[in-house]
Amino acid sequence: MDLNIIWFILIAVLFIGFFFLEGFDYGVGILLPFLGKEDRERRAIINSIGTFWDGNEVWMLTAGGAMFAAFPNWYATLFSGFYLALVVMLLALIARGVAFEYRSKKDDPVWRNRWDWVIFFGSFIPALLWGVAISNIIRGVPIDDKMNFTGNFFTLLNPYSLIGGIASLLLFTLHGAIFLSLKLTDNLLEGARRYAKKLWLPATIVLFVYVILGYFETDMFSKLGVNPGVIPIFAGLAILSVWYFLKIQREGWAFVMTGITIAFSTITIFMGLFPRVMVSSTNPDWSLTIYNASSSPYTLKVMTIIAVIFVPIVLAYQAWTYWVFRKRVSTKQKLEY
Amino acid sequence: MDALTLARWQFAITTVYHFFFVPITLGLSIAVAIMQTAYYRTGNETYKKMTKFWGKLFLINFAIGVVTGIVQEFQFGMNWSQYARFMGDIFGAPLAVEALLAFFMESTFLGIWIFGWDKISKKFHLASIWLVAIGSNLSAIWILAANSFMQQPVGYAIRNGRAEMTDFFAILTNGHLWVQFPHVFFGAVATAGFLILSVSAYQLFKKGKHEVFTKSFKFGAVYALLGTLLVILVGHNQAQYMIKIQPMKMAAAEALWETENPAAMSLFTFGDEKNRKDVFAIKVPGLLSFLAYNRFDGEVKGIKNLQKEAEEKFGPGDYVPPVAVSYWTFRIMVGAGFLMLLIALLSVIQAFKSKYEFKPIWYKIVFWSMTLPWIANTTGWIFTEIARQPWTVFGLFKTADSVSNTVSTGEVAISLVAYTLIYAILMFIMIGLMMKYAKRNVDEIEKEEKEVDNSILSKA
Repeated sequence: MDLNIIWFILIAVLFIGFFFLEGFDYGVGILLPFLGKEDRERRAIINSIGTFWDGNEVWMLTAGGAMFAAFPNWYATLFSGFYLALVVMLLALIARGVAFEYRSKKDDPVWRNRWDWVIFFGSFIPALLWGVAISNIIRGVPIDDKMNFTGNFFTLLNPYSLIGGIASLLLFTLHGAIFLSLKLTDNLLEGARRYAKKLWLPATIVLFVYVILGYFETDMFSKLGVNPGVIPIFAGLAILSVWYFLKIQREGWAFVMTGITIAFSTITIFMGLFPRVMVSSTNPDWSLTIYNASSSPYTLKVMTIIAVIFVPIVLAYQAWTYWVFRKRVSTKQKLEY
Repeated sequence: MDALTLARWQFAITTVYHFFFVPITLGLSIAVAIMQTAYYRTGNETYKKMTKFWGKLFLINFAIGVVTGIVQEFQFGMNWSQYARFMGDIFGAPLAVEALLAFFMESTFLGIWIFGWDKISKKFHLASIWLVAIGSNLSAIWILAANSFMQQPVGYAIRNGRAEMTDFFAILTNGHLWVQFPHVFFGAVATAGFLILSVSAYQLFKKGKHEVFTKSFKFGAVYALLGTLLVILVGHNQAQYMIKIQPMKMAAAEALWETENPAAMSLFTFGDEKNRKDVFAIKVPGLLSFLAYNRFDGEVKGIKNLQKEAEEKFGPGDYVPPVAVSYWTFRIMVGAGFLMLLIALLSVIQAFKSKYEFKPIWYKIVFWSMTLPWIANTTGWIFTEIARQPWTVFGLFKTADSVSNTVSTGEVAISLVAYTLIYAILMFIMIGLMMKYAKRNVDEIEKEEKEVDNSILSKA
């Protein structure tokens, strides 16, 4: 296996980590103003991801950095091509990150309420836009023979990508509701369970609609064949099983299952892409691939060595953080955020 | 204005803004870690209060530093896609490594530090703030490795129409990196030192003597002095290095039109940039040679000669950076640095005499001295980036060729306005919050926290 393939896999892994971890953070942020009725409740909700959200967001930064290092042309075409969409996402992420830290630093209810809505929109927008972006990458966007994106902002807004956006939005929100039902207590726990149950059906329906549309809008399934293999099927079965686990109140399993749905859907998309990294709708030959978009073999080698050493270390200490702060958060305890 | 000009403005605004917060993160994380170490060793509650007080200011600053950093990482692809294509093979690696080695470390352990008080062992809690400090400063090394390549490209070959890395080790041992990083690092120490100094002076002057702030004042004074002294010394090294690798930068910094031997240093020049000559100038003979070579003779090349040399090497074109901006930013930086040195020195003397009464005028000076490092940091970066023009990568790739070719003027205008607006709002909010927390009565912090908790627990 050559290094280009390894880096394609590694970037897929980074995106899986990012969607899995930051996915529930987004969900928590989206549910915040609805689930939390009073200040202490909202604080408990924010504190449930307080320790983790920043570290989770670094998965996105690392994915971006890895794209730059391993496939500079992918990074260049994608980021300059999806320009305005990314500007909107960055504005959301900027406001959201500050909101977590600043929200409870003043005793003023108006101040706090405003930041809560910043957290909501700051989570809602990226949760939606990531689905839109990924759908456009796999569906194909106009790219010329020099790897330049030739569309505009509205090229990105098509039914398929919008359904993809709603799918990621609902899936992350569901994932977040289940996460909260693992992290909260009393009323909030009941509320989180209710939201999870309410969200399951729309999330599942939109996800399946998205898959069906994928048959018509992308070449993913013609590539994978009529029998797409176990991974997409498991993604579908996992989301179906969530209902059962929610019903018997085994939220731990439900969380594993939404996690599997997120991970396996991401893998399916990357499998559909391979060996391309961006599909050109102008001419299939002008698609960016792991070969024409990549760095030199030397750079890939250096980066591989660094990744092999440090990715396990990062995984170890991040996992350890989750273990240390595994206790549920209640409104009756001391809250930092 | 065209897309290139707007993209450059955007890069300048977002980068300068980002670097308002970075030095505090770098310098204050270490300061807080030192305070907490003192608490850990002695068990003295004063050190705990110091840790908490300065820790809060650190967090308020850190939040904006982090989020504005995301824009930085995305911007190379969004606005400078041609640069990303040409340079990605080299430039992407340090950015990816920065995320993997440093960002993960600082953000994860910062979470542990914020939420870990009384939840994890004291030893481990202390380790977590040190890991935040190390992570932040590691990230500075990686990003400066990338910037150093732009100042002095090493370890590369031009192949396949782009710059390709041939020696990763050469990029890490780039001479420029190891004069630049110390300069940034000690500048950050000084910035944090002056913040601590100013806020402590405020507390002592307005609220009377308190052990937390006499100790903080002393710490801040020493920290500021150490930082300033060393930033000047390594700055001198950096300037000498700059003459070797980017003589044009030094010539622009000095508005030195003609090659001189021995070269005079300008104290004040009012020049005619278009015709490349002085209108009015006060100069000290031989001083520039001394700064460059530690002796009073030696040739320092002038702008006109260097332009001619560049034309021979790179073909026709204008290779002279904006001289007035370079000249004045360099002077403001150096001037602010020496003012800082003086104020830090006087503060150290005051602290070691244990004299914590302030004459109003001296209080004002100390209080406002916290703006000096920001002025120096900002002008320093503007200088080093502007005086490298017309290049993004010195001698290799031009700024005009770097910009994204598919992003329209209108799109950049939208993002420029949007970023500037949100940054202005955040600045306003941050200063308000900083002031609130800087003015707090340090004895009531813990009392407040306890009362809040008790009232909740009694309700429960």
